[in-house]
Amino acid sequence: MGITNSHKVDTSKLDEIINEYEGKKSNLIAILQKVQEVYRYLPEDAMIYIGTKMEGLSPATVFGVATFYAQFSLEPKGKYEIKVCDGTACHVRGSMPVLNAIKARLDIKDGQLTTDDGLFSLETVSCLGACGLAPVVVINGKVYPQMTSDAIKIVLDTLLKEEK
Amino acid sequence: MGKTALNINIKAEQEKAKSEITKQGLRVLVCAGTGCVANGSLKVIEKFKELGADVSVLTDYDKMTIVPTGCHGFCEQGVLVVIPDKHVTYVKVKVEDVEEIYESHIRNNKPVERLLYVDPITHEHVMDDEHINFYAKQTRTALANCGNINAESIDEAIAVRGYEALSKVLEENDPDAVIAEIEKSGLRGRGGGGFPTGRKWRFTAANKGGKSYIVCNGDEGDPGAFMDRSVMEGDPHKLLEGMAIAAFAIGADEGYIYVRAEYPLAIKRLRKAIADAEERHYLGKNIMGSDFSLTIHIKEGAGAFVCGEETALIASIEGERGMPRPKPPFPANKGLFGRPTLINNVETLANVPVIMLKGADWFASLGTETSKGTKTFALTGEVNNTGLIEVPMGTTLRQIVFDIGGGIRGGKKFKAVQIGGPSGGCLTEEHLDLPMDYDSLTKAGAMVGSGGLVVMAEDTCIVEVARFFMNFTQHESCGKCVPCREGTKNMLRILEKIVAGKGEMKDLETLEELAKSVKEGSLCGLGKTAPNPVLSTLKYFRDEYIAHIKDKKCPAGVCTAMKKIVIVPELCKGCTKCARTCPVGAIDGTIKQPHHINQEKCIKCEACLTNCPFKAIVLE
Repeated sequence: MGITNSHKVDTSKLDEIINEYEGKKSNLIAILQKVQEVYRYLPEDAMIYIGTKMEGLSPATVFGVATFYAQFSLEPKGKYEIKVCDGTACHVRGSMPVLNAIKARLDIKDGQLTTDDGLFSLETVSCLGACGLAPVVVINGKVYPQMTSDAIKIVLDTLLKEEK
Repeated sequence: MGKTALNINIKAEQEKAKSEITKQGLRVLVCAGTGCVANGSLKVIEKFKELGADVSVLTDYDKMTIVPTGCHGFCEQGVLVVIPDKHVTYVKVKVEDVEEIYESHIRNNKPVERLLYVDPITHEHVMDDEHINFYAKQTRTALANCGNINAESIDEAIAVRGYEALSKVLEENDPDAVIAEIEKSGLRGRGGGGFPTGRKWRFTAANKGGKSYIVCNGDEGDPGAFMDRSVMEGDPHKLLEGMAIAAFAIGADEGYIYVRAEYPLAIKRLRKAIADAEERHYLGKNIMGSDFSLTIHIKEGAGAFVCGEETALIASIEGERGMPRPKPPFPANKGLFGRPTLINNVETLANVPVIMLKGADWFASLGTETSKGTKTFALTGEVNNTGLIEVPMGTTLRQIVFDIGGGIRGGKKFKAVQIGGPSGGCLTEEHLDLPMDYDSLTKAGAMVGSGGLVVMAEDTCIVEVARFFMNFTQHESCGKCVPCREGTKNMLRILEKIVAGKGEMKDLETLEELAKSVKEGSLCGLGKTAPNPVLSTLKYFRDEYIAHIKDKKCPAGVCTAMKKIVIVPELCKGCTKCARTCPVGAIDGTIKQPHHINQEKCIKCEACLTNCPFKAIVLE
């Protein structure tokens, strides 16, 4: 099972999140979203803790929900989360060359989520609803409109320079 | 049931809100939808505010108010700045342009010509919305306020008759009459299915008595569709009002809005709108002093397309894996937490207040015999004016693509329109005069779907598009039904084989056979419609499939496997630039001698082609 990099989790933080959502089973997705905000992924120990602590759940159920939704990640995401929109409009206007340019610049292989230095993670998403600006790339919530393979390289170079 | 006396006089509130707006002086509307924010509208707003702070220098007005609005729909031209009193719409405004607009137009009444919209056909500058074809040819009802009001102000919503329909409905106190009105209007579900809305309400209302729920489906997952996002961002109160009217009609006291996690701005605006409405007693306990109460919660999705299916959406709200459940029982009988539940799409609910205000007959006068009212479409792809539009049902494709859309970009030739996203199909030149309504589109093998319209030009490869959609549905299939889970995988494998130039003629039959099994053997709409893009492209563009298979050629020149990049020896000066540019070292040759591309190594990235100073590298 693709769980890697298990993290020591702070159970008091998890309790806080569970209580914020009144420990309700129907709030599981919201709880996992909060946990992911804290750790930038869902650590195995956190899922086991939530599945054991909350009424009506089991670790298997939590794992089932976590693997169902695209938003959840079982491995740590990068400091910069790059999302390349590959919705229809972006695809037709050339999102793939942009994706390939990112992979080449950051040396990310097929199937790899996060760069070895933990700085960047790369995903494609189905549609961000910003089709008028296609193709679109989002990095940590900031939208970069009308990208080209050259333009995205400049964006990445700027980020890389800041990190040095 | 007698009339209810309400403790809020909505007409008086409206007057109050209107007079507040007149006190704003000169209103400058700046789009703050997702698209324009990405283009820097927040900085434009700041700059305007900074300039407007010194009221002493204003000439005709004693004050200037900057209004951040929801999406105007014309995202590609963002940042959009509209000054209604000056009858002007400025496009592609950057923060550097603000001062000029302020000095020249606001203070000295001289429009800034270079920031006006240029008509793609006549190449003339156009002053305002009434003369920009993109807007002039639309009929906006669901989107009427989007872009015209401050999306975060409940007062501005009230000034444009927000909550008036709810007040009227609560005063009349006759839920059955509300359902009858919606039935009479002929409104059909805008999320894709096209099921008559009034009938759905009646089914749910029949189970009145215990706890019931109202759910708004804002899980707009179709790639290439963003109409619901715009309503939620631009006019959230209209959606809340529609939900409240629906809840009153069916006897629900609790509601959920399920919003995609990809829409953070919509979530933020809805949360504020709910809080503001509760504070005014337009939502919450004993709304406007009546017996009717409604609490609305927001549920954020977590990225699963299938959750747009109503039973899967219910499962997701309950905190489970969002997998569809068999129907019956229908949600109207046994839905959320096992209780009767009404699920409507955002746009459907946004049409409710105006129907209650202007009447079912008015609504039914728009559109066609079986499809009433207006429909929003997200017009994208290879068209000059991309954006969000709203037109009466029955408008033709030609009017949408060529009049509103301004034709195809870069003078290219129209090839097809993909409508209805991954569940829909293609419409070709022969369909340009087809009226866009539920029934005509279904007959043509496509569907209205949520309303995504992706325009494709001659250089779009139709087989690649079919592969793209199949890749999407294959990935989003929840895996519950074997025909969908395995069938979409196999269909994708075949399409990948074809675009890689390895297809065989018998693959086409297999595709059609698999399509049938997937359609018939799937529980929910995702599987039932997943083969549509393949079937419709096979129907209208079979030649293109055959060209890929037999001639190993991609007529649109898109599929990389069939591309060959070569150096024309006569033109090559041996400058070595290409060899240095090539990321995989596929080019060799000595300086001042013609170079050569090793086809085995070439990854067809075209880097050499774009960089060659002598245009000696060509695509064969």
